[in-house]
Amino acid sequence: MTALFYIAAAVAIVATVLVITRSNLVHALLYLVVSLFAVAVVFYTLGAPFVAALEVIVYAGAIMMLFVFAVMLLNVSADAPLRVPRSAWIGPLVLIAVLLAELIYGIGLTNHALHAGEVGPQQVGEALFGPYVLGVELASMLLLAALIGARHIAAQPEVPEEPLPSDAEADARADEVDGV
Amino acid sequence: MAAVSLDHGLILAAILFVIGFVGLLTRRNLIVVLACIEIMLNAAGLAFVVAGARWGQADGQVMFLFVLAMAAAEVAVGLALAIRFRQSLGRLDVDDADEMRG
Repeated sequence: MTALFYIAAAVAIVATVLVITRSNLVHALLYLVVSLFAVAVVFYTLGAPFVAALEVIVYAGAIMMLFVFAVMLLNVSADAPLRVPRSAWIGPLVLIAVLLAELIYGIGLTNHALHAGEVGPQQVGEALFGPYVLGVELASMLLLAALIGARHIAAQPEVPEEPLPSDAEADARADEVDGV
Repeated sequence: MAAVSLDHGLILAAILFVIGFVGLLTRRNLIVVLACIEIMLNAAGLAFVVAGARWGQADGQVMFLFVLAMAAAEVAVGLALAIRFRQSLGRLDVDDADEMRG
C-alpha cells in the first residue's frame, strides 16, 4: 500500500504539471483526468474507498465532462492557442518555491503514522446524516443555486418585443434548458 | 500494513496546491484557469482526507464531500461565464476581461 501511495503521488504530480504547461486545451484536460485518477488511487491507499469512488465518478466523470463539453461548445480549437511567454513563469515559480518550502517546513517531518484502518462508506454516511446533516442541506441549496445561476448566465439574452413563441421555438428552448 | 506517514500525504496536497496556483498565476486561458482552481480545490480535499485518515474518523471524508459539491457548483457557474465571455469578447483570454463594462 505504501508503494502504491508513492507511485500514485508521483503520477499525480507529473500529470498536474503537464496540465498547466500544455498549450493544447484538450490535452491539458485529459492530463487533468489522469491526475484525478491518481489522486483517487491515493485516497484508496489512505483507507478512504468511498471518497476514491466519488473522485472518479464526480470529479473525473461529471466535472471533467462539463469541461470537455464546454470546450466543444466553444469550439476553442479554432483559436490560436494562448501561449505563455517563458519569462512569465519566472516570478510565480520563485514565489511559489518559497511558499512550498514554507508549507513543507510548517508540516514538519515528525513522521506521524496514519491510522491503519479503513473508514468505509457506512461510517461516512452515518457522519453525513448525523452531525453534518445541516451541511448536507446547505450543499444541496448551493448546488440548486449554481444550477439556476449557470442557466441564467449561459442563456441567450431574450429579445424583449418578441411575439408569443410558436411550438417550434418552445421546443428549441426546452432543448436548450436540457443542454444546460 | 506499513502505513503512509501523515506528513507525506500533506506534502503531496501542498505540492498539488502550489502547482495549481502557479497555473492560475501564469495561464491566461479562462478554461485552464478554471481547471487550476479545480486542482487547488482537489488538493485541499486531499488534505482533509489525509487528516481524517490520521485519526481514523469519517469527518475528513465528509469535508471532502462538501468541497466536491462546492467545486461542482463553482465549475458550473464558471463555465457558464466562460460561454458568455467567449460570446461577447470572441476570445477566452482572461486579460480581455479588463474591458468588461456591464
